[in-house]
Amino acid sequence: MNGPHDLGGQMGFGPIAPETGEPYFHAEWEKRALGLTLAAGFMGAWNIDESRHARESLHPADYYRSSYYEIWIKALETLLTRHGFVTPADLAAARPVDAAAMPKRTLAPEFVPTLLARGGPCDRPIESAAKFAVGDRVRTANDHPTGHTRLPRYARGKFGAIVAVHEGYVLPDSNAHGHGEAPERLYTVRFPAPELWGASADPRSTVSIDAWESYLERA
Amino acid sequence: MAARVRALETILVGKGLVDPAAIDAIVETYETKVGPRNGARVVAKAWSDPAYAGALRTDATAAIATLGFGGRQGEHMRALFNAPGAHNLVVCTLCSCYPWAVLGLPPVWYKAPPYRSRAVIDPRGVLAEFGVTLPADTEIHVWDSTAELRYIVIPERPSGTEGWSEEQLADLVTRDSMIGTGLAKAPA
Repeated sequence: MNGPHDLGGQMGFGPIAPETGEPYFHAEWEKRALGLTLAAGFMGAWNIDESRHARESLHPADYYRSSYYEIWIKALETLLTRHGFVTPADLAAARPVDAAAMPKRTLAPEFVPTLLARGGPCDRPIESAAKFAVGDRVRTANDHPTGHTRLPRYARGKFGAIVAVHEGYVLPDSNAHGHGEAPERLYTVRFPAPELWGASADPRSTVSIDAWESYLERA
Repeated sequence: MAARVRALETILVGKGLVDPAAIDAIVETYETKVGPRNGARVVAKAWSDPAYAGALRTDATAAIATLGFGGRQGEHMRALFNAPGAHNLVVCTLCSCYPWAVLGLPPVWYKAPPYRSRAVIDPRGVLAEFGVTLPADTEIHVWDSTAELRYIVIPERPSGTEGWSEEQLADLVTRDSMIGTGLAKAPA
Protein backbone atom coordinates (compact mmCIF):
# COMPACT_ATOMS: atom_id res chain seq x y z
CA MET A 1 0.00 0.00 0.00
CA ASN A 2 1.07 3.58 -0.57
CA GLY A 3 1.19 4.18 3.16
CA PRO A 4 2.94 6.56 5.52
CA HIS A 5 5.73 4.05 6.11
CA ASP A 6 7.05 4.29 2.54
CA LEU A 7 9.47 7.09 3.33
CA GLY A 8 12.29 6.82 0.79
CA GLY A 9 12.84 10.20 -0.88
CA GLN A 10 10.15 12.08 1.07
CA MET A 11 11.15 15.52 2.28
CA GLY A 12 10.50 17.83 5.18
CA PHE A 13 11.29 15.63 8.18
CA GLY A 14 14.27 17.70 9.24
CA PRO A 15 17.66 16.72 10.61
CA ILE A 16 18.49 13.22 11.84
CA ALA A 17 19.77 14.40 15.23
CA PRO A 18 21.56 11.26 16.44
CA GLU A 19 21.74 11.08 20.23
CA THR A 20 25.15 10.65 21.84
CA GLY A 21 25.40 7.65 24.14
CA GLU A 22 21.83 6.67 23.34
CA PRO A 23 20.30 4.12 25.76
CA TYR A 24 18.51 1.07 24.36
CA PHE A 25 15.27 2.26 25.95
CA HIS A 26 14.08 5.77 26.77
CA ALA A 27 11.33 4.70 29.18
CA GLU A 28 10.31 1.59 31.09
CA TRP A 29 7.22 1.17 28.94
CA GLU A 30 9.41 0.77 25.85
CA LYS A 31 10.90 -2.36 27.42
CA ARG A 32 7.44 -3.78 28.03
CA ALA A 33 6.40 -2.81 24.47
CA LEU A 34 9.31 -4.77 23.00
CA GLY A 35 8.69 -7.81 25.20
CA LEU A 36 4.92 -7.79 24.71
CA THR A 37 5.30 -7.55 20.93
CA LEU A 38 7.67 -10.51 20.79
CA ALA A 39 5.76 -12.61 23.33
CA ALA A 40 2.40 -11.96 21.65
CA GLY A 41 3.90 -12.73 18.24
CA PHE A 42 5.03 -16.09 19.62
CA MET A 43 1.37 -17.10 20.03
CA GLY A 44 1.54 -17.82 16.30
CA ALA A 45 -1.69 -16.12 15.21
CA TRP A 46 0.07 -13.76 12.81
CA ASN A 47 3.41 -13.53 11.00
CA ILE A 48 5.98 -10.76 10.63
CA ASP A 49 4.44 -9.58 7.36
CA GLU A 50 0.98 -9.18 8.88
CA SER A 51 2.49 -7.26 11.79
CA ARG A 52 4.39 -4.93 9.44
CA HIS A 53 1.19 -4.35 7.51
CA ALA A 54 -0.69 -3.53 10.72
CA ARG A 55 1.95 -0.87 11.51
CA GLU A 56 1.88 0.73 8.07
CA SER A 57 -1.94 0.72 8.14
CA LEU A 58 -2.04 3.29 10.93
CA HIS A 59 -3.55 6.57 9.77
CA PRO A 60 -0.69 8.65 8.31
CA ALA A 61 -1.18 11.43 10.86
CA ASP A 62 -1.01 8.87 13.67
CA TYR A 63 2.02 7.12 12.14
CA TYR A 64 4.04 10.32 11.84
CA ARG A 65 3.28 11.58 15.34
CA SER A 66 4.17 8.23 16.95
CA SER A 67 7.55 6.92 18.04
CA TYR A 68 8.46 3.49 16.74
CA TYR A 69 7.53 1.66 19.94
CA GLU A 70 4.23 3.58 19.96
CA ILE A 71 3.64 2.33 16.40
CA TRP A 72 4.38 -1.20 17.60
CA ILE A 73 1.87 -0.99 20.46
CA LYS A 74 -0.90 0.51 18.34
CA ALA A 75 -0.41 -2.21 15.74
CA LEU A 76 -0.24 -4.88 18.45
CA GLU A 77 -3.66 -3.81 19.75
CA THR A 78 -4.99 -4.16 16.19
CA LEU A 79 -3.51 -7.65 15.78
CA LEU A 80 -4.67 -8.88 19.20
CA THR A 81 -8.19 -7.61 18.51
CA ARG A 82 -8.30 -9.00 14.98
CA HIS A 83 -7.33 -12.46 16.22
CA GLY A 84 -9.70 -12.55 19.20
CA PHE A 85 -7.23 -12.27 22.07
CA VAL A 86 -8.36 -8.82 23.19
CA THR A 87 -11.67 -7.00 22.80
CA PRO A 88 -12.59 -3.31 22.81
CA ALA A 89 -14.21 -3.95 26.22
CA ASP A 90 -10.88 -5.24 27.59
CA LEU A 91 -9.06 -2.18 26.30
CA ALA A 92 -11.71 0.21 27.63
CA ALA A 93 -11.55 -1.39 31.08
CA ALA A 94 -7.74 -1.77 31.04
CA ARG A 95 -8.19 -5.29 32.43
CA PRO A 96 -9.45 -8.65 31.18
CA VAL A 97 -13.23 -8.58 30.61
CA ASP A 98 -13.91 -11.01 27.77
CA ALA A 99 -12.62 -14.52 27.13
CA ALA A 100 -9.71 -14.87 24.72
CA ALA A 101 -9.15 -17.10 21.72
CA MET A 102 -6.92 -20.10 22.39
CA PRO A 103 -3.33 -19.38 21.30
CA LYS A 104 -1.28 -22.03 19.50
CA ARG A 105 1.38 -21.61 22.18
CA THR A 106 2.58 -19.19 24.83
CA LEU A 107 6.13 -18.10 25.56
CA ALA A 108 7.70 -19.59 28.69
CA PRO A 109 10.56 -17.54 30.17
CA GLU A 110 12.96 -20.46 29.92
CA PHE A 111 12.26 -20.75 26.19
CA VAL A 112 13.22 -17.12 25.44
CA PRO A 113 16.94 -17.81 24.77
CA THR A 114 16.02 -20.59 22.33
CA LEU A 115 13.42 -18.44 20.59
CA LEU A 116 15.78 -15.52 20.10
CA ALA A 117 18.68 -17.74 19.05
CA ARG A 118 16.51 -19.56 16.53
CA GLY A 119 14.83 -16.50 15.04
CA GLY A 120 12.40 -16.95 12.19
CA PRO A 121 14.17 -17.87 8.97
CA CYS A 122 12.17 -16.83 5.90
CA ASP A 123 14.08 -18.67 3.20
CA ARG A 124 12.18 -21.51 1.56
CA PRO A 125 13.19 -24.23 -0.88
CA ILE A 126 12.17 -23.35 -4.40
CA GLU A 127 12.09 -25.67 -7.40
CA SER A 128 12.15 -23.31 -10.33
CA ALA A 129 15.38 -22.03 -11.87
CA ALA A 130 16.26 -18.38 -11.36
CA LYS A 131 14.69 -16.20 -14.05
CA PHE A 132 17.48 -13.62 -13.81
CA ALA A 133 21.25 -13.80 -13.44
CA VAL A 134 23.80 -11.38 -12.04
CA GLY A 135 24.29 -8.57 -14.53
CA ASP A 136 20.84 -8.83 -16.12
CA ARG A 137 19.03 -5.55 -16.65
CA VAL A 138 15.56 -5.47 -15.15
CA ARG A 139 12.69 -3.04 -14.75
CA THR A 140 10.69 -3.00 -11.53
CA ALA A 141 6.92 -3.23 -11.61
CA ASN A 142 4.93 -0.02 -11.56
CA ASP A 143 2.08 -1.43 -9.50
CA HIS A 144 0.32 0.25 -6.61
CA PRO A 145 -1.25 -2.63 -4.66
CA THR A 146 -3.67 -1.68 -1.89
CA GLY A 147 -2.27 -4.46 0.30
CA HIS A 148 1.19 -5.10 1.72
CA THR A 149 4.21 -4.94 -0.57
CA ARG A 150 7.93 -4.43 -0.10
CA LEU A 151 8.64 -2.60 -3.35
CA PRO A 152 9.08 1.02 -2.26
CA ARG A 153 7.44 3.73 -4.36
CA TYR A 154 10.74 5.40 -5.23
CA ALA A 155 11.91 2.18 -6.91
CA ARG A 156 8.83 1.39 -9.01
CA GLY A 157 9.06 1.39 -12.80
CA LYS A 158 12.83 1.85 -12.61
CA PHE A 159 15.67 0.25 -14.55
CA GLY A 160 18.39 -1.51 -12.58
CA ALA A 161 20.77 -4.46 -12.66
CA ILE A 162 20.77 -7.72 -10.74
CA VAL A 163 23.75 -7.80 -8.39
CA ALA A 164 22.84 -10.91 -6.37
CA VAL A 165 20.59 -13.92 -6.82
CA HIS A 166 19.28 -15.43 -3.59
CA GLU A 167 17.20 -18.43 -2.52
CA GLY A 168 13.43 -18.53 -2.34
CA TYR A 169 11.86 -16.33 0.33
CA VAL A 170 8.35 -16.00 1.74
CA LEU A 171 6.46 -13.43 -0.35
CA PRO A 172 5.22 -10.67 1.99
CA ASP A 173 2.53 -9.53 -0.46
CA SER A 174 0.79 -12.89 0.05
CA ASN A 175 1.84 -13.84 3.57
CA ALA A 176 0.71 -10.57 5.15
CA HIS A 177 -2.87 -11.32 4.15
CA GLY A 178 -3.11 -14.95 5.17
CA HIS A 179 -2.80 -16.15 1.58
CA GLY A 180 0.14 -18.44 2.26
CA GLU A 181 3.88 -18.06 2.05
CA ALA A 182 3.97 -18.33 -1.78
CA PRO A 183 7.78 -18.30 -1.81
CA GLU A 184 9.57 -16.67 -4.73
CA ARG A 185 13.19 -16.18 -5.59
CA LEU A 186 14.73 -13.01 -4.20
CA TYR A 187 17.23 -10.74 -5.97
CA THR A 188 19.28 -7.71 -5.03
CA VAL A 189 18.76 -4.99 -7.65
CA ARG A 190 21.04 -1.98 -7.96
CA PHE A 191 19.97 1.36 -9.44
CA PRO A 192 22.26 4.24 -10.37
CA ALA A 193 21.19 7.21 -8.22
CA PRO A 194 20.19 9.34 -11.27
CA GLU A 195 17.73 6.63 -12.40
CA LEU A 196 15.83 7.16 -9.14
CA TRP A 197 16.42 10.84 -8.37
CA GLY A 198 17.13 12.57 -11.67
CA ALA A 199 20.08 14.13 -13.41
CA SER A 200 21.30 16.09 -10.41
CA ALA A 201 21.95 12.92 -8.41
CA ASP A 202 25.52 11.69 -7.91
CA PRO A 203 26.25 9.44 -10.93
CA ARG A 204 28.79 7.44 -8.91
CA SER A 205 26.32 6.48 -6.23
CA THR A 206 23.75 3.70 -6.21
CA VAL A 207 20.79 2.43 -4.25
CA SER A 208 20.04 -1.30 -3.99
CA ILE A 209 16.86 -3.03 -2.92
CA ASP A 210 15.97 -6.67 -2.37
CA ALA A 211 13.14 -7.63 -4.72
CA TRP A 212 11.07 -10.76 -5.25
CA GLU A 213 10.92 -12.21 -8.78
CA SER A 214 7.36 -11.02 -9.43
CA TYR A 215 8.47 -7.43 -8.78
CA LEU A 216 10.78 -7.62 -11.82
CA GLU A 217 10.67 -7.93 -15.58
CA ARG A 218 13.53 -8.25 -18.04
CA ALA A 219 14.61 -4.96 -19.60
CA MET B 1 1.57 5.55 26.42
CA ALA B 2 2.95 4.09 29.68
CA ALA B 3 -0.60 3.52 30.94
CA ARG B 4 -1.70 2.07 27.62
CA VAL B 5 1.15 -0.47 27.58
CA ARG B 6 0.56 -1.34 31.22
CA ALA B 7 -3.10 -1.97 30.46
CA LEU B 8 -2.25 -4.21 27.54
CA GLU B 9 0.19 -6.21 29.66
CA THR B 10 -2.43 -6.51 32.44
CA ILE B 11 -4.97 -7.85 29.96
CA LEU B 12 -2.63 -10.35 28.32
CA VAL B 13 -1.14 -11.58 31.59
CA GLY B 14 -4.62 -11.80 33.16
CA LYS B 15 -5.80 -13.98 30.28
CA GLY B 16 -2.79 -16.23 30.59
CA LEU B 17 -1.49 -15.30 27.15
CA VAL B 18 1.78 -13.68 28.21
CA ASP B 19 4.12 -14.47 31.10
CA PRO B 20 5.69 -11.24 32.41
CA ALA B 21 8.87 -13.14 33.21
CA ALA B 22 9.21 -13.86 29.48
CA ILE B 23 9.11 -10.12 28.82
CA ASP B 24 11.83 -9.62 31.44
CA ALA B 25 13.96 -12.28 29.77
CA ILE B 26 13.58 -10.65 26.35
CA VAL B 27 14.50 -7.22 27.70
CA GLU B 28 17.48 -8.60 29.59
CA THR B 29 18.77 -10.30 26.45
CA TYR B 30 18.81 -7.06 24.47
CA GLU B 31 20.10 -4.93 27.34
CA THR B 32 23.00 -7.17 28.28
CA LYS B 33 23.72 -9.92 25.74
CA VAL B 34 23.03 -8.78 22.19
CA GLY B 35 24.57 -5.51 21.07
CA PRO B 36 27.13 -3.90 18.77
CA ARG B 37 30.00 -5.64 20.56
CA ASN B 38 28.90 -8.73 18.62
CA GLY B 39 29.30 -6.96 15.30
CA ALA B 40 32.59 -5.41 16.38
CA ARG B 41 34.00 -8.90 16.93
CA VAL B 42 32.91 -9.88 13.43
CA VAL B 43 34.63 -6.83 11.93
CA ALA B 44 37.80 -7.26 13.97
CA LYS B 45 38.10 -10.88 12.87
CA ALA B 46 37.49 -9.90 9.24
CA TRP B 47 40.33 -7.36 9.52
CA SER B 48 42.67 -9.88 11.11
CA ASP B 49 41.92 -13.07 9.22
CA PRO B 50 41.70 -12.99 5.41
CA ALA B 51 40.15 -16.46 5.35
CA TYR B 52 37.40 -15.26 7.68
CA ALA B 53 36.84 -12.16 5.55
CA GLY B 54 36.48 -14.45 2.53
CA ALA B 55 33.96 -16.61 4.35
CA LEU B 56 32.04 -13.50 5.34
CA ARG B 57 31.80 -12.45 1.70
CA THR B 58 30.62 -15.89 0.61
CA ASP B 59 28.16 -16.73 3.38
CA ALA B 60 27.92 -14.05 6.07
CA THR B 61 25.26 -15.90 8.07
CA ALA B 62 27.48 -18.98 8.44
CA ALA B 63 30.64 -16.96 9.13
CA ILE B 64 28.90 -14.91 11.81
CA ALA B 65 27.45 -18.10 13.35
CA THR B 66 30.99 -19.42 13.91
CA LEU B 67 31.41 -16.59 16.46
CA GLY B 68 28.19 -17.64 18.17
CA PHE B 69 25.94 -14.90 16.80
CA GLY B 70 22.70 -15.36 14.89
CA GLY B 71 19.00 -15.77 15.41
CA ARG B 72 16.28 -13.17 15.47
CA GLN B 73 16.85 -10.42 12.88
CA GLY B 74 20.12 -12.00 11.85
CA GLU B 75 18.80 -15.11 10.13
CA HIS B 76 19.99 -14.03 6.67
CA MET B 77 23.09 -11.85 6.85
CA ARG B 78 25.11 -10.07 4.17
CA ALA B 79 28.39 -8.26 4.75
CA LEU B 80 29.23 -5.12 2.76
CA PHE B 81 32.94 -4.31 2.61
CA ASN B 82 33.99 -0.70 2.40
CA ALA B 83 37.08 -0.08 0.27
CA PRO B 84 39.08 2.93 -0.85
CA GLY B 85 36.67 4.91 -3.05
CA ALA B 86 33.57 2.88 -2.11
CA HIS B 87 31.40 3.39 0.97
CA ASN B 88 28.30 1.42 2.00
CA LEU B 89 25.28 2.74 3.92
CA VAL B 90 22.36 0.65 5.24
CA VAL B 91 18.77 1.81 5.72
CA CYS B 92 15.26 0.39 5.91
CA THR B 93 13.00 2.97 4.26
CA LEU B 94 9.83 0.88 4.80
CA CYS B 95 10.12 0.04 8.50
CA SER B 96 13.07 -0.52 10.81
CA CYS B 97 14.80 -3.69 9.61
CA TYR B 98 18.16 -3.92 11.38
CA PRO B 99 20.64 -6.73 12.08
CA TRP B 100 19.73 -7.26 15.74
CA ALA B 101 21.94 -10.35 16.04
CA VAL B 102 25.12 -8.33 15.48
CA LEU B 103 24.13 -4.75 16.37
CA GLY B 104 21.39 -5.18 18.99
CA LEU B 105 18.32 -2.97 19.00
CA PRO B 106 18.38 -0.05 16.55
CA PRO B 107 18.80 3.55 17.73
CA VAL B 108 15.77 5.84 17.54
CA TRP B 109 17.14 7.83 14.61
CA TYR B 110 17.47 4.67 12.49
CA LYS B 111 13.72 4.05 12.86
CA ALA B 112 12.63 7.66 12.43
CA PRO B 113 11.45 9.46 9.26
CA PRO B 114 14.42 11.84 8.78
CA TYR B 115 16.96 9.03 8.28
CA ARG B 116 14.60 6.68 6.47
CA SER B 117 13.51 9.36 4.01
CA ARG B 118 16.89 10.90 3.29
CA ALA B 119 19.41 8.05 3.28
CA VAL B 120 18.39 6.96 -0.22
CA ILE B 121 18.07 10.40 -1.86
CA ASP B 122 20.77 12.37 -0.03
CA PRO B 123 23.34 9.97 1.43
CA ARG B 124 26.12 12.55 1.37
CA GLY B 125 24.01 15.03 3.30
CA VAL B 126 23.11 12.31 5.80
CA LEU B 127 26.76 11.35 6.28
CA ALA B 128 27.68 15.00 6.82
CA GLU B 129 25.21 15.15 9.72
CA PHE B 130 27.10 12.28 11.30
CA GLY B 131 30.36 14.17 10.79
CA VAL B 132 31.49 11.96 7.92
CA THR B 133 32.78 13.72 4.81
CA LEU B 134 33.97 11.46 2.04
CA PRO B 135 36.04 12.48 -0.99
CA ALA B 136 33.82 13.74 -3.82
CA ASP B 137 34.85 10.83 -6.05
CA THR B 138 33.97 8.16 -3.48
CA GLU B 139 31.06 5.98 -4.61
CA ILE B 140 28.29 5.64 -2.05
CA HIS B 141 26.29 2.44 -2.20
CA VAL B 142 23.04 2.57 -0.23
CA TRP B 143 21.32 -0.72 0.68
CA ASP B 144 17.60 -0.53 1.45
CA SER B 145 16.64 -3.57 3.56
CA THR B 146 13.35 -4.30 1.80
CA ALA B 147 13.37 -8.08 2.41
CA GLU B 148 14.67 -10.37 5.16
CA LEU B 149 18.37 -9.96 4.31
CA ARG B 150 20.13 -8.00 7.04
CA TYR B 151 23.24 -5.99 6.19
CA ILE B 152 26.37 -5.23 8.20
CA VAL B 153 29.01 -2.84 6.87
CA ILE B 154 32.63 -3.88 7.31
CA PRO B 155 34.40 -0.53 7.64
CA GLU B 156 37.97 -0.01 6.44
CA ARG B 157 40.64 -0.93 8.95
CA PRO B 158 42.25 2.20 10.37
CA SER B 159 45.90 2.71 9.56
CA GLY B 160 48.37 2.46 12.42
CA THR B 161 46.81 -0.74 13.77
CA GLU B 162 49.30 -3.23 12.35
CA GLY B 163 49.85 -6.10 14.75
CA TRP B 164 46.86 -5.25 16.94
CA SER B 165 44.91 -8.08 18.51
CA GLU B 166 41.28 -8.70 17.60
CA GLU B 167 40.26 -7.44 21.04
CA GLN B 168 42.13 -4.15 20.51
CA LEU B 169 40.70 -3.77 17.01
CA ALA B 170 37.13 -4.42 18.18
CA ASP B 171 37.35 -1.33 20.39
CA LEU B 172 37.72 0.81 17.24
CA VAL B 173 34.54 -0.54 15.67
CA THR B 174 31.52 1.64 16.43
CA ARG B 175 27.88 0.77 15.89
CA ASP B 176 27.56 3.56 13.34
CA SER B 177 30.56 2.28 11.38
CA MET B 178 28.66 -0.98 10.88
CA ILE B 179 25.55 0.88 9.66
CA GLY B 180 27.68 3.05 7.40
CA THR B 181 26.89 6.35 9.11
CA GLY B 182 30.36 6.36 10.65
CA LEU B 183 33.91 5.17 10.13
CA ALA B 184 36.01 3.04 12.43
CA LYS B 185 37.81 5.08 15.08
CA ALA B 186 41.44 6.01 14.54
CA PRO B 187 43.86 4.62 17.13
CA ALA B 188 44.29 7.01 20.03
